[in-house]
Amino acid sequence: MATARAKDVLFQPIFNNNPIALQILGICSALAITTTLQTTITMCLAVIFVLTLSNYFVSVIRTHIPSNIRIIVQMTIITSLVIVVDQFLQAYAYDISRQLSVFVGLIITNCIILGRAEAFAMNNPPMLSAVDGFGNALGYSIVLLFVGVCRELFGSGTLMGVEILRPLSEGGWYAPNGLMLLPPSAFFLIGAFIWLLRAWKAEQVEEQPFEIAPNSRTSEAF
Amino acid sequence: MAAGRESIGNTLRVAFVVCLACAVVVSTASVALRPAQLDNRTQYRQINILQAADLYQPGMDVRAAFAQIDRRFVDIDTGEYVEQPADYDPVRAARNPETSRPVAPDPASIRRQADVAEVYLAYDDDGNVRRIILPVHGYGLWSTMYGFLALEPDANTVAGIGFFEHGETPGLGGEIDNPRWQSNWQGKQLFDDDGEVAIRVLKGAVGEGTPGREHLVDGLSGATLTANGVNNLVRFWVGEAGFGPYLQRMRQAYQDNGDGAI
Repeated sequence: MATARAKDVLFQPIFNNNPIALQILGICSALAITTTLQTTITMCLAVIFVLTLSNYFVSVIRTHIPSNIRIIVQMTIITSLVIVVDQFLQAYAYDISRQLSVFVGLIITNCIILGRAEAFAMNNPPMLSAVDGFGNALGYSIVLLFVGVCRELFGSGTLMGVEILRPLSEGGWYAPNGLMLLPPSAFFLIGAFIWLLRAWKAEQVEEQPFEIAPNSRTSEAF
Repeated sequence: MAAGRESIGNTLRVAFVVCLACAVVVSTASVALRPAQLDNRTQYRQINILQAADLYQPGMDVRAAFAQIDRRFVDIDTGEYVEQPADYDPVRAARNPETSRPVAPDPASIRRQADVAEVYLAYDDDGNVRRIILPVHGYGLWSTMYGFLALEPDANTVAGIGFFEHGETPGLGGEIDNPRWQSNWQGKQLFDDDGEVAIRVLKGAVGEGTPGREHLVDGLSGATLTANGVNNLVRFWVGEAGFGPYLQRMRQAYQDNGDGAI
């Protein structure tokens, strides 16, 4: 652990150990808030803020936290940070805060955040933990931005509300893909992201846990 | 230290200190940001009033537009205007037994209503009433839906409807936010010739040539219960127990002097 270097800690989670693509954590929010790029970016910033600071504070008091209440202590810290973010959004970005609605609060249950607090911040010094939190939040953001750009561009023909592909209804040529505005499309896009990533970095492909045996007899249904 | 870390004393101490620190941070943020949040909420409400009244354009100066809108208070029983302090809050008044009453029968499931309600009057540049905007609320499928019903000066023709707070299913009941559905309220008549409440949200679409279709509004497919909720709350609020007496008075005044100036 002592050999973990800040640069590795920062950049590993972006592609090599991406929390969404490799660890498949934090998918829920990736489905809900990526229909437009604006909400996506807000969500990314909120997660970067919460994850960096929660890792930092958990790490600061890690030698004092009794192990039998460590999860609830981590949750208290995470929850407080999320409430602060929520209050700020309500005060300074009311429209976005309404669009994100409960999903700001649901950052609390984002597995990435508790996962990093428990797996990294409890065993590492504060600065390194903050860097790890920042790196993981960046890894999360990369996937979210990819999904958000695809969904808004192909779903509504806009980016950040600015028209890029002129839709047919406005006299243009582009027929918006309605599926992109529905949550399942985020699954397809995250799947595509993981596929591309694993085509590039083949070592991330998991080994089959077991072989499926070939059918030994024809089913009676035939 | 390492041995004392798991002790009961240390567990309690860490729990207490963490809670205290977090409580201070959370309450500081909440208190310091409260004015800005309240401001946002007021503005959001004003935008919704303008939208329901079909007076809203994106990017307009909401505060300036609101200068032409008057907030008045109406006694539910008599329909007369009454004076109230500027910070009068009907939602809070409805919770206070001294300023509210239980609702029975209660089709909109709101349980209590305030004795004095608020209305918004939008004026045109000549000082004539252009829209009467009534705050309405009632229960849908999952949630209480809060909205505004805007009427033309004749206090009978619907100018628009909008909901600013509800928790209905997105894509089904949530379609009450859909401008296309809201636009099919425009021009509908609340009352029939006898002055009875005739407006009704149907299940399904209103067919061509249906008798009395000026009183009928299309339902929402896949959201019958939400649409029923909207039906109930609109009928309740424009009815006898709601703004009925007030609207009766406004209709009378409109017929008497024809220009709607009151």
